Amino acid sequence: MSELDPNAAGDTRRDFLKKSSLFTALTLTPLTVLKAADQKVDERFAEMFEKIPLNLKVNNKPYTLKVEPRVTLLDLLREQLHLTGTKKGCDHGQCGACTVHVNGQRVNSCLSLAVMNEGKSITTIEGLAKGDVLHPMQAAFIKHDGFQCGYCTPGQIMSAVACIKEGHANSKDEIREYMSGNICRCGAYPNIIDAIQEVKEKGTAL
Amino acid sequence: MINFQYVRTSVVKTALGLIGKDPKASFIAGGTNLIDLMKRGVTAPDKLIDINYLPLKKIEEIDHVLHVGALASNSELAENMIVKDKFPLLMLALQAGASAQLRNMATVGGNMMQRTRCAYFYDTTMPCNKRAPGSGCGAIGGYNRMHAIFGASEACIAVHPSDMCVALVALDAKVVIAHTKGERKINFIDFHRLAGNTPEKDNNLQKGELIVRLEIPLNNLNKNFHYLKVRDRSSYAFALVSVAAALDIQNNIIHTARLAMGGVAHKPWRLIAAENFLKGKNPTVANFEEAAKIAMNGAKGFGENDFKLKMAPNSIIEALTVAKAKS
Repeated sequence: MSELDPNAAGDTRRDFLKKSSLFTALTLTPLTVLKAADQKVDERFAEMFEKIPLNLKVNNKPYTLKVEPRVTLLDLLREQLHLTGTKKGCDHGQCGACTVHVNGQRVNSCLSLAVMNEGKSITTIEGLAKGDVLHPMQAAFIKHDGFQCGYCTPGQIMSAVACIKEGHANSKDEIREYMSGNICRCGAYPNIIDAIQEVKEKGTAL
Repeated sequence: MINFQYVRTSVVKTALGLIGKDPKASFIAGGTNLIDLMKRGVTAPDKLIDINYLPLKKIEEIDHVLHVGALASNSELAENMIVKDKFPLLMLALQAGASAQLRNMATVGGNMMQRTRCAYFYDTTMPCNKRAPGSGCGAIGGYNRMHAIFGASEACIAVHPSDMCVALVALDAKVVIAHTKGERKINFIDFHRLAGNTPEKDNNLQKGELIVRLEIPLNNLNKNFHYLKVRDRSSYAFALVSVAAALDIQNNIIHTARLAMGGVAHKPWRLIAAENFLKGKNPTVANFEEAAKIAMNGAKGFGENDFKLKMAPNSIIEALTVAKAKS
């Protein structure tokens, strides 16, 4: 199929949109949504293997890209934008090494398709420091020796910043619970918790 | 990952039209389970219909019923003030599931639709009737420590992995499902299925349908409640056994009891007979023990999971005891 068309019967995209708008008109869908469908807002069709346009911000820098649907946010960051601070650990959402912030919320970038992040704002470990001045959480990880090999550290730090922002860093127990999505094979957990507690208690704006 | 077509829409009707046309298409919301399965080759949809832009995120109370949009995230629901105040059992169950990152991504509808974590289902070199109907069950006679003790069949002994769903079945939630001709509403307890001869079907959602919201009626179960999850590590692990318990106690008499278990069956396992026994009784340990005994009627181990036959009743007693001690 050369047409970017979900309709197997071979209708054109325009026909399909007309029909779907008609279906919509017959139901109790709110008017605003109906209007959006009419204007073809948010309607995107991509043939397999075709790269599709993607606009997003990474560390406050806007990008206009083209990606295959199967590219994860993690692979986009590492392979296309060369932001290799975000690590690929398990690639299955079990280790947390790939943690980044999407619109301020921590997520596993290995389980998010890049194309699902249209218009969103991504923050990676590279986006935390201000020039040569480390982010308070980065400084605290160094002070408290919150790592050994360092592979999980970018994910730990991104998760730690979010953990405080979410208001879930009020005790060692709560930090352990809300940091459980980040595995450290070296076992630096006690030091990681000390680092998070110090940043939380200092009350520095993150 | 095998490539696929990607389609995005902000209109429910359009999404339903798209899924109805393509038997190998799949909806994608949070993606935390689906993308994992696609990477492992367990499933390979030829088209993903991104439903994240559908207007299904609202959480609101309407006429003594909590309406939860299917696209509300697990963390949004857990942090919601109405949920914290009126459905704390649901809050505890949500907090017990996955990690903070995954809860930010995972949606309510997606949580219901997640597949079992049975190792034989995930390993494409092994037989599995759920993944490849007719290929056999590797878990029967195999590594089955995590598997079912209730309602299993000769075709499948997998368990449903959700915590949220265990609370929802206990809270008498209803599931509102949209299709091209309108909507239908079913009880949460009827949403998921037992494996029977068709373990490939996890639930009763038909092809071409979409979960649009949950409706949870207000209740008096927000004082004496507990969600107990027993697992191999204290956070970020699937349940060996979990128990959702809620009691409405008035003048030392149990007016209403709600009990459900996770990690023990192909669906969230409501313990109706045990609930009926507790109704009208005093909330004593002796009665909790009798209820646990009734709940275990028909339980059967498969070797490695025989320990659940003891762990499950003990967990029921513990959950009820903690629930009673609250307030």
